[in-house]
Amino acid sequence: VPLSAEVLFARAAGRLSRLAGTGGGTTVPGKLLWKLDPGAVDRLAARLPQGSALISATNGKTTTSAMVARILSPSLRLAHNRAGANLVSGVASALLSASGAELGLFEVDEAALPEVARRLRPRALCLGNLFRDQLDRYGELELVAERWRAAVVDLPVDAQLVVNGDDPQVGDLNATRPRIVFGVDDPRHSSEELPHAADSKWCVRCGTPYAYAAVYIGHLGDYRCPACGHTRPPLDLSAREIQLNGLESVSFSLETPEGARRVELAVPGLYNVYNALAAASLARALGFRLDEVVAGLEGFSAAFGRFERIALGDRTLLVLLIKNPAGANEVVRTLVAAGAPKLLLVALNDELADGRDVSWIWDVDFEPLLGGLERLVATGERAAELALRFKYAGLPSESIDVVPELDAALDHGLELTAAGSELVALATYTAMLALRDLVARRGFVRPYWEEAAA
Amino acid sequence: VSRIVVGHLFPDYLNIYADRGNIAVFARRAAWRRHELEVRPLGLGDEIRPGEHDLYYIGGGQDREQALIAPALEAFGEPLRAAIDGGAALLAVCGGYQLLGRFYRDRSGDELPGAGLFPLHTVAGERRMIGDVLLECELDPGLRRTLAGFENHAGRTFLDEGAKPLGRVLAGFGNDGESGYEGCRAGRALGTYLHGPLLPRNPWLADWLLAQAIAHRTGKPPTFEPLPDEFEAAAHDVSAARAYARGGRY
Repeated sequence: VPLSAEVLFARAAGRLSRLAGTGGGTTVPGKLLWKLDPGAVDRLAARLPQGSALISATNGKTTTSAMVARILSPSLRLAHNRAGANLVSGVASALLSASGAELGLFEVDEAALPEVARRLRPRALCLGNLFRDQLDRYGELELVAERWRAAVVDLPVDAQLVVNGDDPQVGDLNATRPRIVFGVDDPRHSSEELPHAADSKWCVRCGTPYAYAAVYIGHLGDYRCPACGHTRPPLDLSAREIQLNGLESVSFSLETPEGARRVELAVPGLYNVYNALAAASLARALGFRLDEVVAGLEGFSAAFGRFERIALGDRTLLVLLIKNPAGANEVVRTLVAAGAPKLLLVALNDELADGRDVSWIWDVDFEPLLGGLERLVATGERAAELALRFKYAGLPSESIDVVPELDAALDHGLELTAAGSELVALATYTAMLALRDLVARRGFVRPYWEEAAA
Repeated sequence: VSRIVVGHLFPDYLNIYADRGNIAVFARRAAWRRHELEVRPLGLGDEIRPGEHDLYYIGGGQDREQALIAPALEAFGEPLRAAIDGGAALLAVCGGYQLLGRFYRDRSGDELPGAGLFPLHTVAGERRMIGDVLLECELDPGLRRTLAGFENHAGRTFLDEGAKPLGRVLAGFGNDGESGYEGCRAGRALGTYLHGPLLPRNPWLADWLLAQAIAHRTGKPPTFEPLPDEFEAAAHDVSAARAYARGGRY
């Protein structure tokens, strides 16, 4: 079967899936094409005149690639899996739906990276961070790191590698190849100590605990091994003079070989500074100028479901995605810095995309929220487990409402929210999709596949 | 009122499956019964003095971290055994459970010696055993209770002839995916693959271990008033239903 016939057939299937109302159809065409002919993905990607750029990380893939898209899209037509379908089938779907694209921009699942990189032969690869995440699906961190090392070795010789130097595992990847290294350089924003769930705290070379001059997020920071001297590599792009503005925004000085520029991001938190650094570094690797980078970053609002404010009549709903300890810790930190909410809705599901093992919630440092928290609405399939997490953290049982059904929980949360105020909701991936779906059916937000196509 | 001392083995290295949840349950449930509880970390370079601790806890780590502490843990074997013979209790979860056996044989056939506290050995397998699990235990004769948790292990654990398991597998893989048993019980020392963490959704086991610890400290077993455990019961039931619906089977 010729490629063009396969493509037509797979696209038609995606439209059918949407018409049948079974979902966004964002991965249906790709899955079909993948079944028909796995090699078709390689050939579709090879047609892109400007090649492909890949982004992988435990945390920040979707936001980073959305930022890069914002920087690149004034100059290039992109094939981009913006709704976060990041397995081979999702990449295939994005390739199928973007006819006339010049460059492929794909976020890629950590475990899927070796295969996607082998098939797409990217011209640039950006690697952000490795944290413990869904151990039931990904296995131990070291296994993912091993796969990444192999993927980096197999990159085309002229491919550009962009790495986060603040992560010891990632910063050590292929240190002999020319790379762009980014990191944070602002010890005023250092945590006092490594968080409970810090992962790569032992020297990647000799196993001795690192000494940190600054700890920014999880085990990300300015590290040095006191035994063998392994240290954070020199930074090509860095963020200095970071100014956190609660839940609203963050600004920083972007230091590059081309000079320094003040960047005002419309999304909050130190973790978004890392996402912006990754995006800026990748855009530079693709040949974009500092002006274009800054304009793109400042024009960025929020990636799908990561940090979304939805107006629901006279109240607003703020949805924040949580999916692993390191990411959730940053969400908590950002919330607390903005003044911890008195009422919180937290939705915990245990589907495959959330991780079937929910033990990770016990590694999240929710405790800083407890100072101001008066009521928790625990929802989702594992609502009771979530209630236990907060009960054993010290929140009185009387302050916890367990409402497993999401729509009932949302109604309950909104009832408890005064008119003109905001309900803060933390949700795992499928719970976030369900929550969005719920408010979409109530007519407050567009379904994500419409946004993805917009 | 008595003060319970918990020895937490290698908390910096072995904490991969939310082990601090188990510690939080010990601490809160002791406090709700008006007992003081102190957790003392036991790490590299520390010494175990039998009698000092009433309860020991050891969790699981990644392979790399387990290898970093394995020699130190092996050296803890003897004082740990003396402490338990003297009446202290112990809970070992996942990697800690494996490391307290006689040895762990990896894929290449090399044997990592264990602390020898549990009469068992573990052999690395090809397939990981991942999923929800439900066990039935009888720690006190005639009293059958269930434990619900999550397992994720490539090691297949084999009990020595005559060794006692912690429980019978109702749903899930268990020690080796075939025997139908899970964990090991050597008196007041319990080992298991179940995390989740284990104790929040199975508070009866936390209370059983706390009772052993208090008996060690005061010389007489306590009588605990029941606590309101509605969330715990609900979480147990969801976890148990998951084990029946999608727990692992060979």
